[in-house]
Amino acid sequence: MEQQRYERPLIKRVENDMPNKFGMKPENFPKTSIDGVKVHDLIEKYGSPLFVLSESTIRNTYRRALKAFKNRYPRVQFAWSYKTNYLNGVCKIYHKEGSWAEVASRFEYEKVLRNGVPGSRIIFNGPDKTEADLKKAIQNESLIHIDHLDELYTIVNLTEELDKKPRVAIRVNMDTGIYPMWDRFGFNYENGQAWDALNKIMASGKMELVGLHCHIGTFMLSTKAYGIAATKLSDLALGIQKKYNHQIKYIDLGGGFPSRNTLKGSYLPGQDINPNIDDFAEEISSALLRANFPPDNLPLLILETGRALIDEAGYILGTVISNKRSATGKRTTIIDIGVNLLFTSYWYDHKISPAQEFTHFSEYTTVYGPLCMNIDVIRDNALLPLLNKGDHFVIHQVGAYNMTQWMQFITLRPRIVLIDQESNVHIIRQAETLENFSHMEDTPEHLKTFEL
Amino acid sequence: MIKIKNNVAVSDSGFIFNPDTGESFTVNPIGVEIIKLLKEGKTVDTITEELQKTYATDAQTLEKDAEDFIGLLRNFSIAENE
Repeated sequence: MEQQRYERPLIKRVENDMPNKFGMKPENFPKTSIDGVKVHDLIEKYGSPLFVLSESTIRNTYRRALKAFKNRYPRVQFAWSYKTNYLNGVCKIYHKEGSWAEVASRFEYEKVLRNGVPGSRIIFNGPDKTEADLKKAIQNESLIHIDHLDELYTIVNLTEELDKKPRVAIRVNMDTGIYPMWDRFGFNYENGQAWDALNKIMASGKMELVGLHCHIGTFMLSTKAYGIAATKLSDLALGIQKKYNHQIKYIDLGGGFPSRNTLKGSYLPGQDINPNIDDFAEEISSALLRANFPPDNLPLLILETGRALIDEAGYILGTVISNKRSATGKRTTIIDIGVNLLFTSYWYDHKISPAQEFTHFSEYTTVYGPLCMNIDVIRDNALLPLLNKGDHFVIHQVGAYNMTQWMQFITLRPRIVLIDQESNVHIIRQAETLENFSHMEDTPEHLKTFEL
Repeated sequence: MIKIKNNVAVSDSGFIFNPDTGESFTVNPIGVEIIKLLKEGKTVDTITEELQKTYATDAQTLEKDAEDFIGLLRNFSIAENE
């Protein structure tokens, strides 16, 4: 007799509470393959846990987003946000699609250059640009987004020794009606700091003021805020046009668009309630077209979207280590993916799908990672099918930030593979080894040997 | 020895009613099997052996999960020590 697939025994009390008015059906479906490649085969060949990226999803999401803007505004350019995911294999897909690069450090800047992007197609953001960083950016004709007056004066000083005119923009912070208002980066619009900085740049005559930049927040659920930001940057651009007869070439509205992930505390899933890229495109394009720019000379709209372009393309595959019951009787499951790999589990209720068929029985479960740390919780309370020890599962929408903000903490970081458009699997980052870390360390001679 | 209370109603489809507490429960098919075996007076060891013939898993996992399940039956006043 063929044995049945095992499912642990389950008993659930029938609750007679008020029905949930939102009536959400738990969406548990097995995720057995990604882009035609079986999850079990991926884990067998490349190990568990394993990050998986889908090239098709990256390209499709990018094209859909670009189309959303280009259908509404004629001049649009995307710049890939390196900090969101700076794996070379990922960045080069965006560059092949025509995306420029947006960086926030010298490390990222050098990575972009090595990826073959021309210096003039790099946007250099961030509050920490050293004199050497700025010199290199000026020589490469990169777009320097000035964050503070000290940076502005450093650039002025550098023009004395360099024969190139720096191409600069300023970062502007502003009240767009959202909380919290990000005011730590750049110059404020409402109190006149931004206008002062622009006048200083124009008065110096030593820099070419090419753009205006803002980045109003992250995982923004309000589209209106972007309309306000576009209007305020347009106001500054038109002010410069009027006072100096100087045309601002681009308006860069940064990033901050949400992915389809569900924020912790949200009643409804993110895929149902988060505004989509068309909503943002409509708001931004309308605001720019309403401004008094000459219709035949509109500024280029630059977007540094990261999360909304890559989150959906990333998965992490894992394995169940154990099922336990807590002291309060709550079901708990330990998996081999911790917060060291899945940084975003602090913000999102990540969707978890088993990688094999299961019955309709499910149980509220706390999902713990493998770290010997109390903070290692991947889901506080997820309604999951009855996973067995050794079962595989897929965590969805992990493409943004996890592969840059992850930590080598307690465990080593796993492989990352990319599935191309023909379903071929490529390792784009090897798993870390003890040797990787040992070669960076040195032990003083007197500590090298001991007896116990 | 664990015993299912005599007045607890258990249907083949996995619906349980406990008249002592007025509570109802649902149980998955393997849970129904364990309750049936308990009603037949089987011990946990015997239950584990029986289930291992049907399900593709190891004895340790079965024993651990069966003990956990029986603990819940006791907790919900569906089962009691004889």
